[in-house]
Amino acid sequence: MDLTYSYFPGCTLKTKAKDLDIYTRETAAALGVTLVEIDNWQCCGGVYPLGSDEVGNKLASVRALNDAKEHGRDLVTVCSGCFHVLKCVNDDMKNVPDIRDRANRYSQFDEPYQGETKVLHYLELLRDAVGFDTIRKKAEHPLTGHRIGAYYGCLLLRPSGILEFDDPEDPSVIEDFLEAVGATPVKYQMRNECCGGYRSLEEPEFTNRLVGKIFADAKTSGCEELVTACPLCFYNLQKYNGPDKLPVRYISEVLAQALGIEAGKGVR
Amino acid sequence: MQRIGVFVCHCGSNIAATVDVAAVAEAAKSQPGVVFATDYTYMCSENGQNLIADSIKEYGLTAVVVCSCSPRMHEATFRKVADKAGLNPYMVEIANIREQCSWVHKDTEIGTPKAISLMKTAVAKVNLNTPLQEGESKVTKRALIIGGGIAGIQTALDIADAGYKVDIVEKTPSIGGRMSQLDKTFPTLDCSSCILTPKMTEVAQHENITLYTYSEVESVSGYVGDFTVEIRRKARYVHEDICTGCGLCMTKCPSKKAKNEFNRGLNTRTAIYTPFAQAIPNVPVIDTEACIHFRTGKCGICAKNCAVQAIDYEQKDEIITEKYGAIVVATGFDLIDLKPFGEYAYNLSPDVVSSLELERILNAAGPTSGHLQRMSDHRQPKEMVFIQCVGSRCEDDRRGKPYCSKICCMYTAKQAMLIKDHYPDVNIHVFYIDVRTPGKAFDEFYRRAVEDYGVDYIKGQVGKVTPQADGTLLVHGVDMLDQKVVEINADMVVLAAAVEPNPDIRKLATMLTLSIDNNNFLNEAHPKLRPVEAATAGVFMSGVVQGPRDIPETVAQAGAAAIKVVGLLAKDKLKTNPCVAQSDELYCNGCSVCQNVCPYGAISYTEKEVRDHGVRDTRRIAQVNPALCKGCGACSVACPSGAMNLKGFSNRQIMAEVDTVLCQ
Repeated sequence: MDLTYSYFPGCTLKTKAKDLDIYTRETAAALGVTLVEIDNWQCCGGVYPLGSDEVGNKLASVRALNDAKEHGRDLVTVCSGCFHVLKCVNDDMKNVPDIRDRANRYSQFDEPYQGETKVLHYLELLRDAVGFDTIRKKAEHPLTGHRIGAYYGCLLLRPSGILEFDDPEDPSVIEDFLEAVGATPVKYQMRNECCGGYRSLEEPEFTNRLVGKIFADAKTSGCEELVTACPLCFYNLQKYNGPDKLPVRYISEVLAQALGIEAGKGVR
Repeated sequence: MQRIGVFVCHCGSNIAATVDVAAVAEAAKSQPGVVFATDYTYMCSENGQNLIADSIKEYGLTAVVVCSCSPRMHEATFRKVADKAGLNPYMVEIANIREQCSWVHKDTEIGTPKAISLMKTAVAKVNLNTPLQEGESKVTKRALIIGGGIAGIQTALDIADAGYKVDIVEKTPSIGGRMSQLDKTFPTLDCSSCILTPKMTEVAQHENITLYTYSEVESVSGYVGDFTVEIRRKARYVHEDICTGCGLCMTKCPSKKAKNEFNRGLNTRTAIYTPFAQAIPNVPVIDTEACIHFRTGKCGICAKNCAVQAIDYEQKDEIITEKYGAIVVATGFDLIDLKPFGEYAYNLSPDVVSSLELERILNAAGPTSGHLQRMSDHRQPKEMVFIQCVGSRCEDDRRGKPYCSKICCMYTAKQAMLIKDHYPDVNIHVFYIDVRTPGKAFDEFYRRAVEDYGVDYIKGQVGKVTPQADGTLLVHGVDMLDQKVVEINADMVVLAAAVEPNPDIRKLATMLTLSIDNNNFLNEAHPKLRPVEAATAGVFMSGVVQGPRDIPETVAQAGAAAIKVVGLLAKDKLKTNPCVAQSDELYCNGCSVCQNVCPYGAISYTEKEVRDHGVRDTRRIAQVNPALCKGCGACSVACPSGAMNLKGFSNRQIMAEVDTVLCQ
């Protein structure tokens, strides 16, 4: 099975979330997966534009999607935000004729892009292409005894009809992943609640309140640590300094630890 | 050549607004065989019918085309008119210029030419019609009711009281259904058991009713008036005719950990059990998965203790075959699966319960002997939150249903008031989308909950229920009228889960060739005018299997289904549909294709001597049993040699219609 994928890191992974990027690349290599970074990729925009007449802000995603199509590969990203935007734009290109036509007229690809590319989150790649069983076998340094809570946030799960990632009300893929790396996953009810997103810039108090509830529920439920796949969630969780705060790591870093990849390579 | 009359109906403005009916009649006059054509406001009215009858006599018509509504609506009406006027009823054809024309087009520009085209095809077909004669079939004077809830019970009682034999087949060990699980009933707060149990007893004692509990329908064949049904009587491992119902076996049974289905899994029961104390029949069954004897070969305590030796571990399932004239489907409902509603923490906390679970908690015979308690720590709750429309009116078809479940608003008001009556210090909050209370004394009932009992109704929905460290449940919702986020620390959360038809209905619908809608509810023969009849002749429906409804509506429908059954069983003979398939033995090459496509098993093969151009030859030839054939036409389409023809819809007639459309 050819495990070569086009890779869209996204801006944050080049700046604030280097850990997420570096450990994703290294763990992928250790698991026999080749991630080929797209040439000259541009920022996905960070936020999926909801305006139905909005095309300009979607073009960067369309370029990345089309690049993967031209290479005949699936497109992998590990950032929840990029995953959300890429997948929603891809759905537009597949199902919304007006946006598809206008984006193609502007882009002038050799042949029109019509949503052919399959967008995958790194977790889906690990689950479906590599297999959690394989990870379980290769995890020579399992995180035995670590009680870890998955923090999904919103962007990875919703809108569920388009993202088709997991049950938006009772997700389990990160828990299954944690179980594969030998940890003890702890399910807590607030794991799919919003962290406040970009409102942390204008109203840090608002974000603090939301994050506080998430940490409180996680701690009550017995989590000792949280993992996430989203740089924005990570930022908001890190910013919090209330009483129930727990350590937070990226999923890729946890995977790296289990595979025995040297820690501390990235810069947070 | 026929002498054809064409009658074009206005249907008030239903047809006339988008079809120039006079132009259709005018166009008909130049069609081959047409000797008379006219239009009229309501062809189905008495005057309209007289117009057709008089014209048949006056112009010596040999065939009639009525351009009107769907044949499902009035074909029978116009055939009767022809019959009375001395014309064979099968010489009448309907051109559907309403449902298939005027209702789907906006103006006469499209409507009129299409109606003319439909008229022409009907004329082309009727030119080739031949008179057909209806046959006769017998009626077995016995009815089968599938499902022993209140719907099945009431239908059975009404039929039996009219003097006909009735069998009830019930899947579980006792009749009683969902109603037997309820505590009180709205809006009068009668005790559910108190009004149901006498009816259950009446069923058991009625000389015309035979009860097959712990039994399922295995197969159905035949047709209206003459169904043959195989019923599987599952092994109870207790002889019904010997057991005295003393209950000693249940007291002695050492296996006490089986999930109690009747109490919705809130507590456990023994391996040998009756679902509830008033069960009918009062004969236990052995749950072989829980029974120590069946698992290990040891134990046998129940058999040792049974004074009358009613217990028989060797008992086997038994198949009985019975004939019926009519079948009533009354398989009822269950609540939808609440697992996909992760936001309400139903899977996480035992204190989040479904409305039916609360019903069992409130019931004196339930798992808490009627005491309102949290299932986690048996504490009496102080704050309770009810969430309405869980899975009802839900856009997400992966976990919910698009329809309103109809009963939840009322039973929630009921449960809230019952709790307030016994525990005045409990605070009750109800999150709702709309409160729907159409029904006699229903709105008054709901208002009593709000005004007299002070139940806190909050218009809005709940986004999250989070179990807290102190054992409470943090309910996070929105009050849409106050435009505020609401957080309530509740001790118990009750989910008004959507109702859905019992999943068994899919299997049953296949057996009975019934049509079901997107939500697995049975479709009626006509949603307004034939609401208790299924599209399959001789099959009727009663209760929630057709759509969500409450007890009084179910009982009323049960009576309606019963009178339809009685009306059928009162006849000695039934007329059979003459539009059945017929095989031309000279064309048939015995290939079996028709037999393989026939959904009704109506085609068999026989060795027959035929004369073909003076040559005698013995051939294998298809034969249609007209009693079993439903006239679906599958065989006539599949037959490679054109030997199969459907009477009234022959290949020639269909081709004449097609030619007419294509040659315009």
